[in-house]
Amino acid sequence: MSAVPQPIGAASVVHSSNPLYRSRKRVNFILLAISGVALAFGLFWLVWILGTLLYEGGHALARATLYYQMTPPPGGDGGLANAIVGSLLMVSAGTLLGTPVGILAGTYLAEYGRDGWLANATRFLNDVLLSAPSIVIGLFVYSVFVAKVGHFSAWAGSLALALIVIPVVVRTTDDMLKLVPNSLREAAMALGAPVWKMITLITYRAASTGIVTGILLAVARISGETAPLLFTALSNQFWSTDMDAPMANLPVVIFQFAMSPYQDWHRLAWGGAALITIAVLLLNILARAFFRKPE
Amino acid sequence: MNATNATVARNEDRPMIHIRPGEAGVPASDLKPKLRIKGLNFYYGSFHALKSITMDIPERKVTAFIGPSGCGKSTLLRTLNRMYSLYPDQRAEGEIIVDGEDLVTTRRDVSLIRAKIGMVFQKPTPFPMSIYENIAFGVRLFEDLGRRDMDERVESVLTRAALWDEVKDKLGQSGQSLSGGQQQRLCIARCIAIQPDVLLLDEPCSALDPISTARVEELIAELKSDYTVVIVTHNMQQAARVSDYTAYMYLGELIEFGRTDELFIKPKKMQTEDYITGRFG
Repeated sequence: MSAVPQPIGAASVVHSSNPLYRSRKRVNFILLAISGVALAFGLFWLVWILGTLLYEGGHALARATLYYQMTPPPGGDGGLANAIVGSLLMVSAGTLLGTPVGILAGTYLAEYGRDGWLANATRFLNDVLLSAPSIVIGLFVYSVFVAKVGHFSAWAGSLALALIVIPVVVRTTDDMLKLVPNSLREAAMALGAPVWKMITLITYRAASTGIVTGILLAVARISGETAPLLFTALSNQFWSTDMDAPMANLPVVIFQFAMSPYQDWHRLAWGGAALITIAVLLLNILARAFFRKPE
Repeated sequence: MNATNATVARNEDRPMIHIRPGEAGVPASDLKPKLRIKGLNFYYGSFHALKSITMDIPERKVTAFIGPSGCGKSTLLRTLNRMYSLYPDQRAEGEIIVDGEDLVTTRRDVSLIRAKIGMVFQKPTPFPMSIYENIAFGVRLFEDLGRRDMDERVESVLTRAALWDEVKDKLGQSGQSLSGGQQQRLCIARCIAIQPDVLLLDEPCSALDPISTARVEELIAELKSDYTVVIVTHNMQQAARVSDYTAYMYLGELIEFGRTDELFIKPKKMQTEDYITGRFG
């Protein structure tokens, strides 16, 4: 390479034979290849898991009896109706209990507490709760509620699920509200709005898609939680919608059936697993579609 | 400039020039002050942002605050409707007297003050709702109007803001779907819908293109017949075009305050003249 600066456009410097250029291209190719292999590796396991679920559970899902017959004794023919309904009930109750608490706490953190010591301490504790193993939450509700009341119940299960929902909703509400620009708040205050009206009518509306997404993601999370329900709602062989009694639910039923030696129970467990996975997948898609609307 | 400027001491005078009634042909009734600011000091934490400002803002006139960046003109504007109350580390000392009441120490609910002293910001901030709802939001805070009265109010303020013809067929569309100039006029309409006495405009045209700027300036000229307008602008030509009175500020102090035509043609202070002629700032 000549040390004399060449005029712009001189072919001898900017040419594919330039060794610096060639080595750059080589490094680019190598790194691209490594990224591609890593991607394939990750996708491979994902596709295998989903494929196995759909393959094994697909037979069970396709049979209509899955949806209206109760969990059978071993060797009997049956479905997962009571578990499906039980899951729906407890997930709904858990969401209804946890969401208002989460939103209000998130509102305090973003609008009132902001950077104060209480708000920061709350955020820290919230993050700890968010990553707490769900079995710990289940055990907690067992000792505080189930042991005191004396029996397992769907209420206890809902309470445990609510305790998982709360930190998720607090976090997303706080984050989404913080994204609303201060100029919008000031514009509302400048019209003479009291703080609570500014928050409910303006700030919530501006952050609504984000907050709803947070709730949907919390729901998706608790749909598949087994450990908290193991010690609180237990399960139930029979049809029951009594919230004060043990209630069947998909995750625990899958747990029981999968550990058993019976083939038909295994089939039903696969069906239940596939059902939960598809439901969570749909919920995530819904959350993303909803979030994208204003753009 | 004229000979008197050479003898004016710099940086030492107390920054208040009163125009006495009857002087320079200004009729006395012209000058009823709407806002009287006395010895106002403002702090961002420990930073002393406004230093002992004393000024009278005349009623039903347009007063402009000009000065280089960081001189405190926006800060001063925002004290006039207690916007600083939203932030715990900002505080004001002194007096701002409006209709006989001191805004700084008043016990009254601040939102009532803000209903009488409206503000339009630099960046247009339409609420995430329809155009109709944007305007109705403010009105509903204080008045309980039926559907028909609300429709009339919305139409009348949009007409006043020179926006009605452009949006009358799409009142249900989101306020955020309008162009920048339209959004700013929407914000002005929203502001006057609650029938304030004073309009505070914080660089309302700096985010707008020249044509929208011209429309907004025309609007300001019309609005002053009913409202006291205070406008902050870094554009001196705009101040000269639009305002009746101008205050020149520098580093948190009020250097000179006077009629716009006098301040721009024959400023009483050397500093003002330096700024206006572009020798500085």
